[in-house]
Amino acid sequence: MPQMNMVQAINDALRFEMKRDSRVVILGEDVGKVGGVFRVTAGLYDEFGEDRVIDTPLSEGGIIGTAIGMALYGLVPVPEIQFADFIFPAYDQIVSELAKYRYRSGGEYSAKLVIRTPMGGGIRGGLYHSQSPEAQFIHVAGLKVVCPSNPADAKGLLLASIRDPDPVIFFEPKRIYRASRGEVPEGDHTVPLGKARVVRPGQSLTIVAWGAMLYESLAAAQQAAEQGIDCEVIDLRTLWPLDIETIVASVKKTGRLVVVHEAPKSCGLGGEIVSLVNEKAFLHLEAPPVRVTGFDTPFPYTLENEYLPLAHRILPALVETARY
Amino acid sequence: MTTTPTERSGAHRSLADTDAPDVIKVQREDGTLDPARDPGLSSAEVRALYRAGLLTRRLDERLITLQRQGRIGFHIGSLGEEATILGAAFALRPQDWILPCYREFGAALLRGMPLQRYVDNMFGNAGDPAKGRQMPDHCFWKPAHYASVSSPIGTQITHATGVAWAAKIKKDDVVALAYFGEGATSSADFHNGINFAGVFKVPAVFICRNNGWAISVPAERQTASETFAEKGIAYGVPSVRVDGNDLFAVIHTTRAAVASAARGEGPTLIEALTYRLEGHSTSDDPRAYRPDAELEPWKRLDPLPRLRRHLEVCHGLTDAEDQALLAEVDAEIRAAVEAAGETALPSLDSLFDDVFAELPWHLADQRDALRKGPRARGH
Repeated sequence: MPQMNMVQAINDALRFEMKRDSRVVILGEDVGKVGGVFRVTAGLYDEFGEDRVIDTPLSEGGIIGTAIGMALYGLVPVPEIQFADFIFPAYDQIVSELAKYRYRSGGEYSAKLVIRTPMGGGIRGGLYHSQSPEAQFIHVAGLKVVCPSNPADAKGLLLASIRDPDPVIFFEPKRIYRASRGEVPEGDHTVPLGKARVVRPGQSLTIVAWGAMLYESLAAAQQAAEQGIDCEVIDLRTLWPLDIETIVASVKKTGRLVVVHEAPKSCGLGGEIVSLVNEKAFLHLEAPPVRVTGFDTPFPYTLENEYLPLAHRILPALVETARY
Repeated sequence: MTTTPTERSGAHRSLADTDAPDVIKVQREDGTLDPARDPGLSSAEVRALYRAGLLTRRLDERLITLQRQGRIGFHIGSLGEEATILGAAFALRPQDWILPCYREFGAALLRGMPLQRYVDNMFGNAGDPAKGRQMPDHCFWKPAHYASVSSPIGTQITHATGVAWAAKIKKDDVVALAYFGEGATSSADFHNGINFAGVFKVPAVFICRNNGWAISVPAERQTASETFAEKGIAYGVPSVRVDGNDLFAVIHTTRAAVASAARGEGPTLIEALTYRLEGHSTSDDPRAYRPDAELEPWKRLDPLPRLRRHLEVCHGLTDAEDQALLAEVDAEIRAAVEAAGETALPSLDSLFDDVFAELPWHLADQRDALRKGPRARGH
């Protein structure tokens, strides 16, 4: 199997699916000739032409609004929003139209899109190139939300997302776009939506993480192991609807839960995971579930490594929870 | 320096003046049509359109009454705007798409949507294609490519551009038409939709129903432009104004726009000058902001009496025939309302269907909890 980074794996998935399914089109800012500001769509314009890899005017609302119209007509658009931070001009189209189209038409119509967008901090991007807005989409009925942590999953989850009948917001953790490398299956390769992966099995504590924070969680788990704390680390992969069975089974085994995410703490996905565990595994808990997250502030530039829930902040939470 | 709408009365006159020289008209005062722009409809076609106009008008009146009686929750109608709505829909070909606002049920009925389907939607009952999920007047009819209606303003404009764009990419001979009010020209989606349509030269037709009012806000509060049509010019989109209460002018203009789009010449913006004779909806009382005197000139331009005049003069419509048509339409409405009133509510489980293609675990959990719990009263 070829070695790829996440950018190459996503590019490979897009190329594969565009060859397989002529309905798939890409549109967005700078996605065509230049291949995207992160080069995720590099080469696709030359290969598939300007009708299928479309450089649009600079308007996220226009990109998503027209993509919805394309989807109603039967295309399968995979629009790119250049940074998740810039998705909000399209929020009305996503919340009011995309997410509700099937429901409000009694299942007769549907608007199937996969919105790809880089998310998260760690690239010195400050307020407007760093945010993790997954909870703002999970809270909207009708959207699936995905965030891969490695190249093979990025390809497999993207292909599954494009073939899924529902709209998907596909968040790409840009901090590990190139840092995460690994073997990626050639040709067709899907990873089912709604299935988490136990990356590190363990007995004494469950960590749930996704995207770039998976690696911080694994690093912290490694350090905790030196103190005799045996962490199980779950990569959520599909953020919504999430794999509750895997989480609950793990917590029933370990009795302890730490959720790690970059997004602000309050009303983040971590809060929802803790609530679900309280509902479904309360009597198995040996310690209060804990969230290690970004803060309820805008995302800072200079102090971003203080803001991010990096391994040095995760480790004390693991120790405290394990010794509670 | 800022000016108030009353100080800008010149613009106000322009925004509502159907006699302005650039406004396309076809039907003359005497009921005959300008031969240069006569769309050449058969007598049967004109009669069918008149019947559709009567059906739309009588439905509007009946639905307002039903709302006042508490039998339905809401109605948002098309009184006075029938010629714009029906004329534009009539000008389309069967393969063309309509991306509606929320006042165009008449267009869906004209394109073959069963009356019962619409009335069931008004009642939100089990026969409602939207399964009682949406407010009344949020209907759709896929066989005629009539898309689903939402309440946010302007969002369908961008969809129309996307539908037309997809058709162009697939090299299908399909045109997409969006309806919207003049208030929607202030929305981001008007800018996005028209701008993208212009840049990619997609086969779209944008029908701006300039009916004078966006709830309580008059047209001159939406723009400092002299007309709404001229906004299209800035996007490189050919734009015209038409007398929106002149059915034949609307058909002539829309047909030209559809033909131009189908030839690959890109989109057209049509500003149809018409007037909202009722409130915004049954939830609105226009007497709070609109002087009755303003209605008088528009009542004289009411599209239905104008069309009847043409039928009398050019197609020999008699009073007896007119009365018979009205009785027929009323009987249809009565039967549909009666049937809708007797149809059950949507099932409890339907609340959770269609959020996703398949029911995920969390919705199944919530559905099961609702099933076990007590039922609400008062629906």
